Amino acid sequence: MKRWLPMPLHTLLLLLVWLLLNGFSAGHFVLGGFLAWLIPLLTAPYSDHQNRAGKPLVVIRYVLRLLLDIVLSNIDVARRVLKSNRSLQPGFVAFPLALQGDFPLTVLASTISLTPGTVSVDFSEDKQWLYIHALHITDEQALINDIKQHYEKPLQEIFSC
Amino acid sequence: MESVVHIIAAVLLLTGGFFVFVGSVGLLKLPDFFTRLHAPTKATTMGIGAILLASMVLTTMRDGRLSIHELVISLFLFITAPVSAHMLAKAALHRRVKLLDHSKNAQLAPKAAEQKTPE
Repeated sequence: MKRWLPMPLHTLLLLLVWLLLNGFSAGHFVLGGFLAWLIPLLTAPYSDHQNRAGKPLVVIRYVLRLLLDIVLSNIDVARRVLKSNRSLQPGFVAFPLALQGDFPLTVLASTISLTPGTVSVDFSEDKQWLYIHALHITDEQALINDIKQHYEKPLQEIFSC
Repeated sequence: MESVVHIIAAVLLLTGGFFVFVGSVGLLKLPDFFTRLHAPTKATTMGIGAILLASMVLTTMRDGRLSIHELVISLFLFITAPVSAHMLAKAALHRRVKLLDHSKNAQLAPKAAEQKTPE
C-alpha cells in the first residue's frame, strides 16, 4: 500500500483539482486518476517529513482573517500608491520567529507577502529571524506585534509547534 | 434576477480593474526597487481576485451550474505570487540594488542578503 500509493492525500487532491479544471466526466476521472497516482509515485522520494496541519476550525478562521486582511490592506496600499512618494517611509524589519518547521514558516512567509504592504525577503540562516520589507512603516514594533497576533499565533496552534 | 447578477459582475470588474490599474501605476511611480515590488504583488491578489470572481458569477449564471475554475486559478495565483516576490527580492538583495535614501533599517539589507542574524 505504502509503496504503490505513497501519498494518498496528495493523490486525492490532485484528482480533485484535475476534475475541477477539466470538468467531471468518466474520461477525465480515469486520466486524472492515472496522473494523480503517477505523479506522487515519482515525487515521493524527494519529499521529506513536514508538520501536519490540524484543527480545521482554526484553519478556516485563519483563511477568513487572511482574506479580510488582504482586502483591507489592499485599500491601504492603493491609497499610499496614489499619494505622493515623499510621504512614504519604506524600510526593512527583522521579525523574531517563534514558529519552527519548514512548512509552517513557508506558510507564514507567504502570508506576509500576500498581505499588501509587506513582502518577506529572506530568513536568517538559523531560521530565528525573518526579514520583511514594508512599504510604509509607522511603528516597527506595532507591525511585528500585528503579525505575531494575527498570523504566527494561529499558525503555531494549527501546526502545534 | 439577470440584471442583479450583471450589476454584481460589473461592480467586481470595476473593482478589479481599479486595483490592477493602481498596481501598474505603482510599478511606474514608486521610488525604488523594493517599494515597486509591492505594487504588482498586490494587483494579483485583489485585482485579479475580483476579476475572477466576476467571471465566476457570469459563467455560473450562463451555464446554470457553479463554475469553480476561477477559484482554482486564484488558488494557484495565491500560491505562486509570494514565491515570485521572494525570488525578486532575493535577487535584488544579492545585486545590492540601491535603496531609497531614507529607508528605515537599511543596514538590515546586507545582513538579509547573507542570511545572517540582525545583531
